[in-house]
Amino acid sequence: MEFLADFAFVYQSLIYAVGINGLLALSVYVSLSAGQLSLGQAGFMAIGAYSSALLSLKYDAFFPLALAMGMLIPALFAALISIPTLRLSGVYLALTTIGVGELVRVFFVNLDSAGGALGLSGIPEKGSFALIYGCLFIVLFGMFAFARSKFGRAIEAMREDETAAGTMGINFPRYRLAVLVVSAAIAGLAGGLNAHVSSFIGPAEYGFDLAVSILSFALLGGISNPLGPVLGAIVLTILPEVLRPIHDYRLAVNGAVIVIVMIFCPEGVFAWRIRRTGAAV
Amino acid sequence: MLAQQIVNGVVVGATYALFALGFTLMFGVLRVVNLTYGFYFSAGAFIALYFMTTGGLSVWVALPAAALTVGALSVVLDQLLLTRSRRTDASEMSSLMITLGATLLLYSLATAWLGADIRRMPAGLLGVASGFGGVRFTGIQIVILGTSALIVWGLFALLRWTKLGIAIRALAENSDAATLMGINTRLTFAIVSFVSGLLGATAGVLVGMNYNGVQPYMGETMILKGFAVIILGGLGDVRGAVVAGVFVGLLETLVAAYAASSLREAVAFLALVLVLWVRPSGLFGVSEARRA
Repeated sequence: MEFLADFAFVYQSLIYAVGINGLLALSVYVSLSAGQLSLGQAGFMAIGAYSSALLSLKYDAFFPLALAMGMLIPALFAALISIPTLRLSGVYLALTTIGVGELVRVFFVNLDSAGGALGLSGIPEKGSFALIYGCLFIVLFGMFAFARSKFGRAIEAMREDETAAGTMGINFPRYRLAVLVVSAAIAGLAGGLNAHVSSFIGPAEYGFDLAVSILSFALLGGISNPLGPVLGAIVLTILPEVLRPIHDYRLAVNGAVIVIVMIFCPEGVFAWRIRRTGAAV
Repeated sequence: MLAQQIVNGVVVGATYALFALGFTLMFGVLRVVNLTYGFYFSAGAFIALYFMTTGGLSVWVALPAAALTVGALSVVLDQLLLTRSRRTDASEMSSLMITLGATLLLYSLATAWLGADIRRMPAGLLGVASGFGGVRFTGIQIVILGTSALIVWGLFALLRWTKLGIAIRALAENSDAATLMGINTRLTFAIVSFVSGLLGATAGVLVGMNYNGVQPYMGETMILKGFAVIILGGLGDVRGAVVAGVFVGLLETLVAAYAASSLREAVAFLALVLVLWVRPSGLFGVSEARRA
């Protein structure tokens, strides 16, 4: 037990990071599962982190309320930006969400009441191991339940063939909006949790690099089931720590892993499909 | 004052236009979103710097030499990374993802090797300023405007009047039909990769000279702006890329000068979101039911 306690102490921030990255991977999984590549997750995360941290710092808000607002505000923002983005798909959507993410980052750099480029520090460390992994588990469980439902199948159909799904009567705009909002709320939750375990957040953390890392979690794991992205997040978060001896080349190894997997195994490493309950095989 | 800002803005815009041109060409013809394109920008600047400092060459030799080297690099990387995904239907998405990883790999290697410090161009490079009626041009600004104009004109002439240009446009229009008409697809793809790399690298050298700073990650900021520019101009639209590039450069400079310099970085993306709000196919795009 002493060993476990030591381990937990030394690797505490890594253990938190694995859980938070798992949530982020799920947030991008939600949009990918509907065939929508969003590179704006870092922006949603930033909004969640800043809104919950500001509530905690400036208004001393009740922590669950701060976290809930950290989910609600990015979700509302996602609904707002969906007005121009709902009409876009594929590469157009991906490139536009990069723009949205950058706008969010520049907004926080210029938001003096949130510390500007220096960021916010001294955020109360109210997050815990149980909370982070509890959230991860609930979201993961929710997605498995969802994937087996009628709506989950509709979204999968939308990803595989939009035209065919459309003729079957699937209402794209409504599903797309729902997908974007849910994905933003999960990213916001991850942001709020991260702010309350690391005690510091700054706009530089939420750049394009983060958006790319989040996407790479989901791609490495594969998006045919919700567990894949989480496993991808675990691997890509722990890998740089294992590779500490060659620290200069750690990110290069991450990059190489992504390239090789995407070329030779485009479905992801952990790919299997969830069967619908009661469905005929 | 306003005239001077307009000149500065057009110079910045010219570099954006040059960069976006190669990017949009890659997309329009090769049908892939190649994110390693931003790396060509950094690579061009570094190779030119190396030729000038270690090799002792003049700018006039170093610039084209760096551009040609990066063009060759672009062909090699394109073949290595994207040959496989081009065969599949969803090549736009899978290319985006493959090149995302490759970008991470390339930038990390470059930073590990070269360090993240900003390097300066050799002193006294084209430093002569000349004035026309109260407006000052630095030597570098004149070189940027001249080079960009020459390259843009050259590319348009190539696409419009040569057999190769017709082949390129045919491939962009419909690659299956073009192949059936006897166009050598692989060779034409390689040439387009080469030209794109050339354009990205040239933009990198010119921007490195304009701000007198070269740094491995300079291509990453640029590619984000490049996205905004090529979507504004309409993906794959070469004329749109040039106009949108100059537009964004001008807008950024004017906003920095007359509104707030901190907004400078947001201008391109703000313009992008606002334009897409009213015109989902970009500023000059023909309206379609849906862009995919």
